Amino acid sequence: MIKVSNLEKSYGNQKALKGISLEVAKGELFGLIGPDGAGKTTLMRILVTLLLPDQGLASLDGLDVVADFRKIRTMVGYMPGRFSLYQDLTVEENLQFFATVFGGTIEENYHLIKDIYVQIEPFKNRLAGKLSGGMKQKLALSCALIHAPKVLILDEPTTGVDAVSRKEFWEMLNNLRHMGITILVSTPYMDEANLCDRVALFQNGSILSIDTPKNITASFSKKLYGVKVETTAQRFECVGLLKELSGIDSVFSFGESIHITTVQQNIDETTVKEYLNQKGHQGISVGKIEPSIEDVFMELMQNEGN
Amino acid sequence: MKEIKSDIGPIIQVKDLVKKFGSFVAVDHLTFEVNKGEIFGFLGANGAGKTTAIRMLCGLLEPTSGALQVAGFDGYHEREAIKRNIGYMSQKFSLYEDLTVYENFRLYAGIYGIPRKERIRKTDELLLKLKLEESRDKLVGGLPLGWKQKLAFSLALFHNPAVVFLDEPSGGVDPLTRRTFWDLIYEVAHQGVTIFVTTHYMDEAEYCNRVAIMSEGKIVALDTPAALKSYYKTDSMDGVFLKIARNKE
Amino acid sequence: MNQLLGFVKKEFTHIFRDGRTMVILFGIPIIQLMLFGYVITTEIKDARIAILDHSNDNVTREIKNKILSSGYFRLDANLLNENEIDPIFKKGNVKEVIIFERNFAQRLEREGEVNIQVIADASDPNTAQMLYNYTNGIVQDYTKKKYAGFTIPVQIKSEVRMLYNENMVGAFMYVPGTMALILMLISAMMTSITIAREKEMGTMEILLVSPLKATHIVLGKVAPYLLLSIIDAIVVVCLGNLVFGVPIRGSIFVLAFLVILYITMALSLGILISTVANSQQVAMFISGFALMLPTILLSGFIFPIENMPYPLQLLSNFMPPRWFIDALKQVMLKGNGFTYIWPNILILSAMTTVFLVLSIKKFRLRLE
Repeated sequence: MIKVSNLEKSYGNQKALKGISLEVAKGELFGLIGPDGAGKTTLMRILVTLLLPDQGLASLDGLDVVADFRKIRTMVGYMPGRFSLYQDLTVEENLQFFATVFGGTIEENYHLIKDIYVQIEPFKNRLAGKLSGGMKQKLALSCALIHAPKVLILDEPTTGVDAVSRKEFWEMLNNLRHMGITILVSTPYMDEANLCDRVALFQNGSILSIDTPKNITASFSKKLYGVKVETTAQRFECVGLLKELSGIDSVFSFGESIHITTVQQNIDETTVKEYLNQKGHQGISVGKIEPSIEDVFMELMQNEGN
Repeated sequence: MKEIKSDIGPIIQVKDLVKKFGSFVAVDHLTFEVNKGEIFGFLGANGAGKTTAIRMLCGLLEPTSGALQVAGFDGYHEREAIKRNIGYMSQKFSLYEDLTVYENFRLYAGIYGIPRKERIRKTDELLLKLKLEESRDKLVGGLPLGWKQKLAFSLALFHNPAVVFLDEPSGGVDPLTRRTFWDLIYEVAHQGVTIFVTTHYMDEAEYCNRVAIMSEGKIVALDTPAALKSYYKTDSMDGVFLKIARNKE
Repeated sequence: MNQLLGFVKKEFTHIFRDGRTMVILFGIPIIQLMLFGYVITTEIKDARIAILDHSNDNVTREIKNKILSSGYFRLDANLLNENEIDPIFKKGNVKEVIIFERNFAQRLEREGEVNIQVIADASDPNTAQMLYNYTNGIVQDYTKKKYAGFTIPVQIKSEVRMLYNENMVGAFMYVPGTMALILMLISAMMTSITIAREKEMGTMEILLVSPLKATHIVLGKVAPYLLLSIIDAIVVVCLGNLVFGVPIRGSIFVLAFLVILYITMALSLGILISTVANSQQVAMFISGFALMLPTILLSGFIFPIENMPYPLQLLSNFMPPRWFIDALKQVMLKGNGFTYIWPNILILSAMTTVFLVLSIKKFRLRLE
């Protein structure tokens, strides 16, 4: 459905995209994962025909983003990175406006947005600017869907939204995928990668890896241990101590635990625990753990750096 | 120059703090204390009232009612003194991109009236610590994101503030840089500087000594991450958030 | 078509929901006109004048009687020669001196044309202009009535000389000038700001990704302001007429055509500005600097073009308001029609076309 090959884009002498290639199948929920400035937004803007690529090809449903941009504009639903609806129009007026802009009516495609819209319908006479973050996202998604697009392109829809709304938002995306809509979504939150069918890890205008979240975590090459400490104060000291232990490759804080990777076979749960005990830290538990997308991302970043 | 009052107890004291904009209550009776050297996490969705609360704590907004003391100074009458004794760093990093690293230091030192000798000594010291000596004459605009973040943080610390407010310091930053940054935060807190930080990353909430969760202008939960997790019977801060939201409904 | 209507509807909602826009649209024109009006409407009563009559025949006596019995003027002194004019003005009692030339009645009968010279103390320009207008009105009225049946046109020409303020600002100038200013403000500034706002708020991104065409967006933005500007023009003309007595001597049709043409020109200029401005502030700045100042300074609104240094005179040719104000005065004050103002219309049309073509060409369908 989406086909990108060797895409390049520069702003001045800053390279935003350094030859990106990827394919998204019909009905797939595809995630672009990476920090700000990695090139996610640039790629999305090229796909929705807002920017022209310097090099390479990009097409949606066989339509070229440069030559057939008018046709693409009728079949793509787009949600930009910041809230881009009319704050001084009500919920209903916004939806009505976007329906007419695409030459349709709300009723025509109501079935698509029904599940989402019923949640904000009680507030349909409220100005969009007065909605909470989560409700704004729901309205923006409804507006992007009202013309029944084949492809939905969402730029960081969950940034700055509370945890509950984020969860609900991903459930909505999952439902839309079941209706056959192809979805390309970007996020800086690594944990959201697991909710996608496939993801591309973005960094500095290049793709570090493209695969299913499962395969990506499976590709992690090193042994990974999680070290749990009792207090927050302990964590900082333990991170420092672990960095000094020979045979340890990397040490990173990871929420409540510390993730370490090893390069030598002689290091395992017991050696690490004994080492920290020796240094005066009690209540330590160490266990082997499965890597998360974030672990892989950091490993790939480090490899890239070397 | 040093105005910090000793024996002040908690560095931030807030009681029944309220801020109204017209009829809209942005901050609704906040009460909490932050101790010296603590890393205090301030969480909540956009629009929960975090920004308004921080602005009052920084002396930028006058509260509508309630008591507020920061570094021993009153949030109504001594707002200028508060501003002199806190550091602030926002997501936008507030650096001058068209000045060099060194010039940014000089500018900040000038704003806070730091004497020349001390300025030169401290700048050299910080540049060394941040491994930025080679870039001292480079324009800030051309530095990688992680470096800018570190630089902005050092600038916020340059005048030896008692408290540093970090407003989403790591939004959209890559995972490696985020972690190095938190190592830096720990180091600073270890030296006795109080850190007040907002974030959207739930794993970062775990790094704080204590966490306050805001929703609709109120603090709905406040404790150590471990205590919150055990209270809500879940194993992650994400879980805590979801439980709180569900209880509300 | 539905898309366009939907867009226009949305624009109206924006306008009606924003108090500030409404104030700019309807408050400012009225306040501006009233401010000028406040300066102008000093009612004339018993103004002291002096008369220098070189003829003293029956016609000049009749005219003098008519002037002095009008209630507007009171005779302060009869002068004997030109040398007395300056001292009497300097004393400050007299606001106007009327001079009848020699052999007044004789000339009028033989040549059908004769001159009255009016000298006014223009240190108070508005009063001076008023006094002259009243005097002139009385003289014209006299000729009209007296020689109503004559086939040969009889004319008493009054020549005015403003003392102490040669660059006299005419009171009637204000209404056409204000109109030019207000319509420029509303049409150009408001459209450029409203388009820039879409860019600033990020909504332009969504509009561009929709199937809307550039013409849809541009027309949708322009239509509401065209309508509102027309309403404003009507308000200004009516107020000018009712409150300050600015006449509408020409045909309403010509007037309407001229005004709509000028509004269209200003609207296209607004769109052109918005193609370069990415934020409301920039749009405001450009329209403020590039439009307001020239409209006020170089259009002849306040400073007569003839008195400008030559380079500025040349520059003023490129100021659309210059042609508009000139044409407007011709239509409203002189009652001229297309036969007189066609060059102005032609120039304004040409400017409109250039701005429109440029702005549609420059209107970007992408973000770069």
